[in-house]
Amino acid sequence: MSNVWESVEPRVYESQIKVPYAWQAGETASRFLLTLKNEKKFLGKKCPKCAKVLMPPRKVCPYCFVETGDWVDVSDEGVIETFTVARRDTGIMPLKPPFVYAVIRLDGADTGLVHLLGEIEPGAVRAGMRVKAVFAEERTGKILDVEHFKPV
Amino acid sequence: MARRAAIVATGQTHHRSIRRDVNGQEIINEAVTRCLEDGELTIDDIDAVVIGNMDHFEGINYVDCWSVDGSGGFMKPTMKLTTGGTTGSTLAIAGYHMVASGAFDKVLVIGWEKNSESDTTGAINTAFDPIWDRPFFAGAIAGLAVTAQSYMDMYGATPKDAARVSVRDRRHACLNPHAHLRKEVTIEEVLASPMLADPVCLLDMCPRTDGACAVVYAAEGIAEKLCPQPAWVLGVASRHMYSYVSDADFSGGALFSMARASQELYRKVGIKEPLKEIDVIELYQPFSWAGLIWIEDMGLAKKGEGPRLVWDGVTDLGGALPINPSGGVISTNCIGATALIRSAEIALQIQGKAGDRQVPDVNLGVATGFGGCLWTDTLAYGKKKPE
Ligand SMILES: [Zn+2]
Repeated sequence: MSNVWESVEPRVYESQIKVPYAWQAGETASRFLLTLKNEKKFLGKKCPKCAKVLMPPRKVCPYCFVETGDWVDVSDEGVIETFTVARRDTGIMPLKPPFVYAVIRLDGADTGLVHLLGEIEPGAVRAGMRVKAVFAEERTGKILDVEHFKPV
Repeated sequence: MARRAAIVATGQTHHRSIRRDVNGQEIINEAVTRCLEDGELTIDDIDAVVIGNMDHFEGINYVDCWSVDGSGGFMKPTMKLTTGGTTGSTLAIAGYHMVASGAFDKVLVIGWEKNSESDTTGAINTAFDPIWDRPFFAGAIAGLAVTAQSYMDMYGATPKDAARVSVRDRRHACLNPHAHLRKEVTIEEVLASPMLADPVCLLDMCPRTDGACAVVYAAEGIAEKLCPQPAWVLGVASRHMYSYVSDADFSGGALFSMARASQELYRKVGIKEPLKEIDVIELYQPFSWAGLIWIEDMGLAKKGEGPRLVWDGVTDLGGALPINPSGGVISTNCIGATALIRSAEIALQIQGKAGDRQVPDVNLGVATGFGGCLWTDTLAYGKKKPE
């Protein structure tokens, strides 16, 4: 490979694919997101077979492969299952590093939620800590209507 | 009853961070040509081609058509498979199934990536759910770091334990002429390298690599004629997991798909004591911590005791069960090829063709694949044709 470039220079063809998407959240996620926006409340869906409360809510339980049943209220407080401090900017991050990215299990839910932690030094975060949702002033019906979770 | 099948030929590029001298089709061709030479085959001997890489990494969707110059798939049954990190092991399992089913006698399987040609994190982001996971996606590293954090919290393992894994694999890589990063490191150097996502440092992590790997699976009755020592497939097992990242049970950082897939593999192959019976493992280990946690999930050590096995040197070349004699994924990561390289390296070990990284007298080797929302493939290969 050493002398390949003696008689020719490398040509690099630069390009970018830009495709707009419009993802449908579906009825189940839409109900959750609108309740989050309008009432600052989390809703889960309970599986009639395994009795797990799924939050984020699903139309179908992935474990049992049956349609989920009742909507149930889930607390805006919960516990940090695990976390990491993202320190290197990958260019597509929700915040400027360093910031804390955590899996939070809200009281009343049996599955976790990926979200951000705020109002705490990254070095002080521990698994098992209790946290509470901090809602954005302006809410538009998306999961980032919760700005972050903060320690209680 | 399925036919037995074996790997009869393998080929790899000399993996590098960037290959400016070849385009995508040409890097594929390099691996295919080396594979055919290894098996003393020509493209006319090949009945079907299966090829794979990561979606969006090169921005080319019809890779099965586009790659024909490189793959030799012109006027042959050719298809593309892509399953994220497990792409290479999915390819291997598909090639095996196509031969074992009786549909094809000789199948050429190709994994490749020109990782240098795009933004890896931007491309990986497209694998995740746009409504729930993508707003928070902090890159593959953060997703792995949370499992390491859980493991530390539950078992008291330390970054030094993980660094020992990195030292092992990077030392092994120096013996493999195909490896991308071939430089020994010390534990102190690993610990002093930049923190990417706590507790994972730069030298704990895999690189981005340009490279390709090709393998030929052949049916019993043909494999023995083509090759003095076929690497027989003894069994394969695959387990997929969740839709969303947060569905995973992070307690202790365990990889449940690995535990389940390993248990099924051992049952199929008849392995009772994996630590004693397996001679070599090529583990799809994207970061050093996986070399502690996942060997526990494979049943090689009790929960929390992975670090001791590593510190005792059991998994070093020269130890009782060498892991990643090739240098593994943290030395070479051309992603669509990565999990296929695991199978190719096990085949070389069984054939006694692994050069300076050869483990003596390999009768049973295991290759794994890992991907996406924490799913796992496992494949066992043996020297003797299975009963
Ligand atoms: Zn259920």
